[in-house]
Amino acid sequence: MRLIEVREVTKVYRMGNIEVNAINDISVAIDRGEFVAIMGPSGSGKSTFMNIIGCLDKPTSGQYLLEGVDVGNLSRDELAKIRNKKIGFVFQGFNLLTRTSAIENVELPMLYNGVPAREREQRAIDALKIVGLEGREHHHPSQLSGGQQQRVAIARALVNNASLILADEPTGNLDSKTANEIMDLFVRLNRESNITIILITHESDIAAHCKRMIRFLDGKIINDELCLTSCQP
Amino acid sequence: MLNILSTVKISLRALKANKMRSALTMLGIIIGVGAVIAMLAVGSGASERISQQIASMGSNLIMILPGATTAGGIRTGGAQPTLSLMDAEAIKRESSAVSDVAPDLSSIEQVVYGNLNWSTAIRGTTQDILRVRDWPLASGRPFTEQDVKSATKVCLIGQTIVENLFGNTDPIGKIIRIKKIPFTVIGVLERKGQSPIGQDQDDVIYVPVTTAQKKLFGAHFSGMVRIIMVKAKSIDDLQRAEDQIKELLRQRHRIRPGREDDFTVRNLTQIMQTAEQSSRVMAILLGAIASVSLVVGGIGIMNIMLVSVTERTREIGIRMAVGAKTWDIRLQFIIEALTLSLIGGIAGIVVGISASKVLSMLAGWSTIVSPFSVLLAFGFSGLVGIFFGFYPAYKASLLNPIEALRYE
Repeated sequence: MRLIEVREVTKVYRMGNIEVNAINDISVAIDRGEFVAIMGPSGSGKSTFMNIIGCLDKPTSGQYLLEGVDVGNLSRDELAKIRNKKIGFVFQGFNLLTRTSAIENVELPMLYNGVPAREREQRAIDALKIVGLEGREHHHPSQLSGGQQQRVAIARALVNNASLILADEPTGNLDSKTANEIMDLFVRLNRESNITIILITHESDIAAHCKRMIRFLDGKIINDELCLTSCQP
Repeated sequence: MLNILSTVKISLRALKANKMRSALTMLGIIIGVGAVIAMLAVGSGASERISQQIASMGSNLIMILPGATTAGGIRTGGAQPTLSLMDAEAIKRESSAVSDVAPDLSSIEQVVYGNLNWSTAIRGTTQDILRVRDWPLASGRPFTEQDVKSATKVCLIGQTIVENLFGNTDPIGKIIRIKKIPFTVIGVLERKGQSPIGQDQDDVIYVPVTTAQKKLFGAHFSGMVRIIMVKAKSIDDLQRAEDQIKELLRQRHRIRPGREDDFTVRNLTQIMQTAEQSSRVMAILLGAIASVSLVVGGIGIMNIMLVSVTERTREIGIRMAVGAKTWDIRLQFIIEALTLSLIGGIAGIVVGISASKVLSMLAGWSTIVSPFSVLLAFGFSGLVGIFFGFYPAYKASLLNPIEALRYE
């Protein structure tokens, strides 16, 4: 069974009287353990695609199967449950809760699936260790650098043992050195823990860390290739 | 379901982040709860005082006063004594709705004991007086039917008399002089306090009515008394007793049909109950007006929660993205509103209790803070929090996570 199977998915947005096809009749499949870069100019539909993959949005038509389950028919709360258990999000702007410490940010997803407090704390500590933030559990986002904040976000994505991490320009706000460190972390997670990672990026040297590249243009996939040679670091 | 404890922690932190704003929002609730408690305290203080006064008057009490008389073309209202001891005895004998009858013939006289003297009301009455006025003795014995029949020189004295004439000595068996006539103190009345019109009810000496008529007040109106006090058998018998008394007295005074009564019957209990009822209505009204300010405080909470939801749109988006369900978001904001209103409620209880203490000290009103009113105000503030917190929470839960995440 494939992890992700997108079948002829179209998403139409209504803006007043005008209908905009954000993505148009897209079909794609992604297996467990893949590391996919999604590229394309702005407005090409890659964010819409990610929102659908991430169960934040539903397709207008077509089918999206996540681990064989058609999520198109699920309710708001059922989608929230899927996001909670199976998907980890990493955003360009980190999207951490500013008033709470690193460890509390990482604990956040576990608040919503009833993990007991002690286990929550232990798992958060473990996740922060994986991303290399030992000893900074009680720092607040404002006391952390951009790279460290993104690591907290990645730890938050990992903490519920998600099988899929969706990263929307995760290095967009970081300098190139830190960006490379973050990408190395993704590569490691992908290789060592077999976590499927899909990330959106504008930069080809970031995409070069991935095993597969999908290009979007005007709501369609124009290129989908494995980069066996160049991508492998 | 969201962990309640950590949600409370989160909301406390959110409230702490905007201290001034939270404090001002709470102020609305503090004033509301404080006002409800203080107003209910004033109201129940007033009605408690009235019911105490009713009790001090004696329950189921009817007063018969002399009425208008016409003598030789001159009409007089209540000045001429028209009631006699015989009337009182007849009422007791013939009215089935009446349990006790005590006449009253009184005058202010100088009383002397040893080298002390005191001017007080001397009231001639019968042995029924203690039952009519629900007035037990602190010590000694009441006077008997025999005392009344044979006009013995005995008396019952109130606490004010004890204080002014006897100090620490036991008055029982002592001789006091009223208009130079020696009377033996046979009983001391318990303390009764103020009457509804503010008179000291303990400043009184009771003597047998016959003694008063024959030995103290002379024989201007032989056999007459000023007032007859009647106790009905029960509160339901009051009206019947009143009717029976009127009919009996008209017969005895030979008043022809169509002519005016020469006496007045006053049902004091009814009058006082009306007063009590209206003070109770007043208390409810005060509480209702005060609770309006609580509602206004609730609107303040709603206002601030709506602002908070807008400000924290992105936070809501993050929470939704990591798996917060509709009710997780709703509960978070409802608990936040509830935290505001309950902290405000607790502070309001303190303010309300202090305000009623200050009121009773400065204005001299008796105030009673009942646990019920505290619970009521506190519970009401909680309800206000939930009610006015729900709409902002509902709004937050309907946000689209994608747009919320993008919100700047």
